[in-house]
Amino acid sequence: MPASADYDAAELKLIIAAHQSLEGPLLPLLHAIQDSFGHIPAKAHAQICDALNITRAELHGVISFYHDFREAPAGRHVLKICRAEACQSVGGNELAEGLLSKLGLDWHGTTPNGAVTIEPVYCLGLCACAPAAMVDDRVVGRIDADRLDRLLAEAGA
Amino acid sequence: MKIYVPMDSAAKALGAEDVVAALRAADPKAEIIRTGTRGMIWLEPLVEVEIDGVRHGFGPAEPGDVAGILDGTSAKALGPVEELDWMKRQTRLTFARVGVIDPLSLDDYQAHGGLKGLRIALDLSAQQVVDEVKTSGLRGRGGAGFPTGIKWQTVHDAEAPQKYIVCNADEGDSGTFADRMIMEGDPFTLIEGMAIAGLGVGATKGYVYLRSEYPDAIAVMTRAVELARAAGVLGHDILGSGRAFDMEIRKGAGAYVCGEETSLLNSLEGKRGVVRAKPPLPALEGFLGRPTVVNNVISLATVPVIFEKGAQHYADFGLGRSRGTVTLQIAGNVARGGLFETAFGISLGEVVNDLGGGTASGRPVKAVQVGGPLGAYMPVSKFDTPLGYEEFDQAGGLIGHAGLTVFDDGTDMLGMARFAMEFCAVESCGKCTPCRIGAVRGVETLDRIAEGDAAALPLLTDLCETMTDGSLCALGGFTPFPVMSAVTHFPDDFARQKEAAE
Ligand SMILES: Cc1cc2nc3c(=O)[nH]c(=O)nc-3n(C[C@H](O)[C@H](O)[C@H](O)COP(=O)(O)O)c2cc1C
Ligand code: SF4
Ligand code: FES
Repeated sequence: MPASADYDAAELKLIIAAHQSLEGPLLPLLHAIQDSFGHIPAKAHAQICDALNITRAELHGVISFYHDFREAPAGRHVLKICRAEACQSVGGNELAEGLLSKLGLDWHGTTPNGAVTIEPVYCLGLCACAPAAMVDDRVVGRIDADRLDRLLAEAGA
Repeated sequence: MKIYVPMDSAAKALGAEDVVAALRAADPKAEIIRTGTRGMIWLEPLVEVEIDGVRHGFGPAEPGDVAGILDGTSAKALGPVEELDWMKRQTRLTFARVGVIDPLSLDDYQAHGGLKGLRIALDLSAQQVVDEVKTSGLRGRGGAGFPTGIKWQTVHDAEAPQKYIVCNADEGDSGTFADRMIMEGDPFTLIEGMAIAGLGVGATKGYVYLRSEYPDAIAVMTRAVELARAAGVLGHDILGSGRAFDMEIRKGAGAYVCGEETSLLNSLEGKRGVVRAKPPLPALEGFLGRPTVVNNVISLATVPVIFEKGAQHYADFGLGRSRGTVTLQIAGNVARGGLFETAFGISLGEVVNDLGGGTASGRPVKAVQVGGPLGAYMPVSKFDTPLGYEEFDQAGGLIGHAGLTVFDDGTDMLGMARFAMEFCAVESCGKCTPCRIGAVRGVETLDRIAEGDAAALPLLTDLCETMTDGSLCALGGFTPFPVMSAVTHFPDDFARQKEAAE
């Protein structure tokens, strides 16, 4: 996960230019903005709307529809824990709940030191080695409480 | 020494990178080739060492096993991988190369039959290409089982300045990973399948809508498209034929409903992923209003082998109107989980008990959810049901994307029913009331049942009927499958709670 950077109008302009000619540019553009800035800064809305000729309401509608897009930066790392059925069948729920209560967080919460945000995910395609989790882009299978503790420690939580 | 180690994300999730690092350290001269997975996930990381041209397996490997693997003394030796029961019993058509080749080597791909199908298709007329797919009997593997050739015919017959091939790689169903495995393990087969689809219907542009939860698959597919373009497999002159086809990988944004084809098209256009009413069919008015083939990854990735081996060869496998092979994904609380490709017709019980080896916990199986979060919970009493579209329909279930999630007797089915409603509420696109509001009511109603309110059970049944009848798509329309199958087959889990409260 990239560190959240401040909004930079010049950089945004370059990102927009790189995506503007795509068919259906908005999702790739939003992903690219989030990759650079860690979220979709509210300040960027006007520039995006102008470039793609959409209204602010349309843009807001899209950003809020998708679980991936953030209106505020996450922690330095994101730990996603699978909540879907195959992971539940081998105790995924209990594991996730145990972790959240130990950290005193709810889903989507961030550790007080800003190191890790914990998010639910519905299936990582690791259902034959469940329960599964992902730290940023790194997948982890057959997790247990010890493994989760180690992942959190590595991420600086 | 040639050593093969999967780079599939399931293998990585189980420590493949640490094993590779240990192998490199122990024998810097060894040639390590990264592959997809054979699909025996309980043996991952599965290291294969080539001895006299035969690949011998060692697994599940840990870094400490490396010395024994290299000198052949490891207790984790499994013998020749192709001779393992799990491999020998399969009919690997779609997955023939997965786990065998380097996914990003076009040379490897061609040495194992790759591009033969495309070359054959290039010599046929568009109508002949469509006819071949019809003859194969291929039905969509994304869930609905619609005949692929008929869908292609509609797009073929439509007149338009631009048509599209859109690959549905949203694979949101829990218990499924076949799309991920083939994209990570044999990406060129999907590219080839999409190119053949383009030739058949007259489309020159394709998109793969790939879920963001699959970063490894996105990386492999993106690289494979670049390599295919550089080699002239994609572009304005595919394989020197003068015909054009190119494609892009597009990343989803974490919405389950975007696996529904019209929601997917809206998302691809940069809109909210709200489901569109049909008609118009996407085949006539799809991406940007143009005629569009929307097919699942496995549907498209199966096309090359149909052309390579002949449509009739493919159609000769199967049961009834379910032709060819089904790529079973065995998941959850199961001793041997993974991917198993076989002709339609194998029974549910054989899959769970014989292939899967029963539960991982060693306790009795309670239920198997077949077909993802919208699929029914099948009790052990239905284990003789053969895997076929019509056969499952008759048994009150659906095959969907052919994922099977096993649960042991510790499972609380009321909790699973509640989760199905909760999932529907979280993921609803919001367009229809029975789904958007009904799912929230469903969670509340199940909570009342859990608290011992007997009057709530008929309410749940009514609610499910309303959702079935009044939902535009299968998210709201099929959520009653897991819910009502749990109620019907496991009444004790809904009544026990009542007694406890009384
Ligand atoms: C809520 C919902 C989710 C779906 N998710 C997927 C999916 O992840 N992948 C997929 O291929 N089809 C999915 N489908 C089915 C698609 O709408 C469509 O039938 C399919 O992509 C057609 O391709 P096929 O004919 O090759 O199966 C979903 C349908 C619904 C209603
Ligand atoms: S059933 Fe649910 S997900 Fe499907 S269209 Fe209606 S509201 Fe949207
Ligand atoms: S259900 Fe958790 S990885 Fe698929």
